[in-house]
Amino acid sequence: MGKYILQRLGMMVFVVLGISFIIFVIMSLTPGNPAILILGQSASPDQIAALEEKMGLNNPFFVRYFDYIGNMLHGDFGNSYLTGLPVFDDIFSRFPTTLKLSALAMFFAALVGIPVGVISAIRQYSFVDAISTTLALLFASIPNFVLGLILMLVFSLNLHMFPATGVQSFASYVLPALTLSAMTMATLVRMTRSTMLEVLKQDYIRTARSKGATERSIVLTHALRNALLPVITVIGVDFGYLLGGTVVIESVFSIPGIGTLLITAIRMKDTPVVMAAIMFVTLAYSLVNLTVDIIYAFIDPRIKSQYEKR
Amino acid sequence: MIRQTEEIKSRTQIASIMHRLKKNKLAMLGLFVLLFMIVIAIFAGVIANYDTAVIGQNISIRLSKPSAEHWFGTDQFGRDIFARIIHGARISLSMSIIAMTIAVTIGAVIGSVAGYYGGVIDNVLMRFMDILLAIPPILMSISIVAALGQSIPNLLIALAIAYIPVFARVIRSTILSIKDQEFIEAARACGSSNRRIIMAHIIPNAIGPIIVQATLAMGATILIIASLSFMGLGVKPPAPEWGTMLYEGREFLKQAPYLVLFPGGAITISVISLNLLGDGLRDSLDPRLKN
Repeated sequence: MGKYILQRLGMMVFVVLGISFIIFVIMSLTPGNPAILILGQSASPDQIAALEEKMGLNNPFFVRYFDYIGNMLHGDFGNSYLTGLPVFDDIFSRFPTTLKLSALAMFFAALVGIPVGVISAIRQYSFVDAISTTLALLFASIPNFVLGLILMLVFSLNLHMFPATGVQSFASYVLPALTLSAMTMATLVRMTRSTMLEVLKQDYIRTARSKGATERSIVLTHALRNALLPVITVIGVDFGYLLGGTVVIESVFSIPGIGTLLITAIRMKDTPVVMAAIMFVTLAYSLVNLTVDIIYAFIDPRIKSQYEKR
Repeated sequence: MIRQTEEIKSRTQIASIMHRLKKNKLAMLGLFVLLFMIVIAIFAGVIANYDTAVIGQNISIRLSKPSAEHWFGTDQFGRDIFARIIHGARISLSMSIIAMTIAVTIGAVIGSVAGYYGGVIDNVLMRFMDILLAIPPILMSISIVAALGQSIPNLLIALAIAYIPVFARVIRSTILSIKDQEFIEAARACGSSNRRIIMAHIIPNAIGPIIVQATLAMGATILIIASLSFMGLGVKPPAPEWGTMLYEGREFLKQAPYLVLFPGGAITISVISLNLLGDGLRDSLDPRLKN
C-alpha cells in the first residue's frame, strides 16, 4: 500500500511540475513589458532597465522558470503588478471561500445525486426514473451561469429567500453552491443509476436474494457498496470541473474568491496574479485527485491485493 | 477480392450502427434539433438582416417584451433578440466545429504516432497529454485567452489545445486494440508502409469513437465559449454570441428576464441535442448492446 501511495505521489509531483511549466510558457507569451506596466508610460528608459534587471526579465527562459518554481516552493508567488503586494496573501485569503463553495457544491451533488440514482435504478422505467433522468439531462446541459441567473431571479430577486450577491452568511452560499452542483449532480445520477443497474444483474445479488436477504439490505449493502466505486472516481474528476466552474459562478454571484480575483487580474493584465490563481486551482485539483486515488485503493480490493502480493 | 469483402463488411457495419441509432428516439431527436440549428445558422442572413436587426440599434423600442413583431423581445439597445439568437447559432456552431476539427486532427496525429510506435515516443507523448488533461479545460482556455489576448482565433486555439489530449487518448487506445490484429499484419506482409497502415487501416477503425467524443466535446466547447463570453473574455460585443448576450443582459435580469432566458435556452437546447446524439452514437457503436 505504501508503495502505491509513493508511486502516486511521485506521479503527482511530475504532473504538477508539468502543469506549472505549461502555464508558465503560456503566461510568458503575454505581450508587453511588465516593467513599463508597473512604472507607467512616463518612466525613463533607465528606470525601466533597472526594474527589468531587478525582476530578472532579461534572464533566459529556463532561469526565470526555475526561479519561479523555487520561489513558489517557499510560498512566494511574486508581487502583483498593480498593488505591489505579495500575490500569495491575496490568494490565500480568498482560497477558503472558493474551497467552501466547491466543497458545499460537491456535498449537495452527492447528497441528491447518489440517492436519486439508486432510486432510478431500482425503479427502472418508472415515472420517477423518467423524471430524474430527464432532469439529469437538463442539468448536464444547462450552462451553470444561466442556471445561476435563473435561481437568482427566482429565489433572491422575486422571493427574497437568499441574498443575490456576496458572502455575508451561510445563506449566501446556498444558491451559488446549488448552481455549481447541478452538473456534477447530473453526472452522479446517471453514473449511480447505470452502475447500480449493472450490479443488480450480478450473480451475488441473486445469491443474496435467494438467501432471503431483505430488498433493503440487498440494495444498500450488497449493491450500493459495489456500485459506489466508479462513483467515487467521478467525484474526484468532477471536483476539477467544480473548481473551474467556481470561476464563472463567483462572477455571477459576486463572490470574493479566487475566480473573481482571476477575472479582475486578467482584465488588469496582472500576470503574476493570473498565473498564481490558475496554478493554485490546478494544484488543488491534482491534490483532490491524488486523495481520491488513494481512497479508491483502500476501498477497491483489486488494487489493494495487487500491491500486497509483491 | 479481399478489398471487396472488406468493403461489404464495413458497409454492413455502418448500416447496423445506423439502424441501431435510428431506433434510439432521443438520439434522433438530438440529431433533428442539431440539423435544424445548422439549417437556421446557414440561412440566418435570409431570416434576419445582420446590419439592421442584429447590430443595428433602435433605442425607441429598447427592452420591449416578446410580441408578434419581436418574438423574443428586444434588448437594451432595441436589437431584436430572436434575430441575434439565430445569428448567434452561426458563431457557436462554426466556432465549436472549427475547434473540434483542429483538436481531432492534431489529436489523431499524436494519438496514432503514440499508439502505433509505442515505447519511448508513446510514453513521452502520452505523459505530456496527461499533464494537459490535468488542467481543467475552462482554466486552460482562460489562461490562453489571458495571455494571447481576447480574439476569436485565440479562443479557437485555446479550445483546440484543451481538447487535443482527449482525442489523442481515444485514438491511441483504439490503435492499441487493433494494431496486433491479423488484417494489420496482412497489410504489413503485403508491403504497406507505416503511413499507409495508419491512414488506410487504423484511422477508419477509430472514426466511430472519435465521432462520439467530438459530438460530446462540441457541446462542452459551446458551453466554454459561452462561459468565457459571459465573463467578458470571449467573443466581443456587439457580436450576437449567446454568452455575450447574457453578459450584456444580466444587468436587466429582474426588469427584463427574457434578455437572459432566451439566449440561455438556446445554449441549453444546443448542448442537450449534442449530448443526446453523442450518447446515442456511443450506445449504437457499443457492440455489447447490439441486440
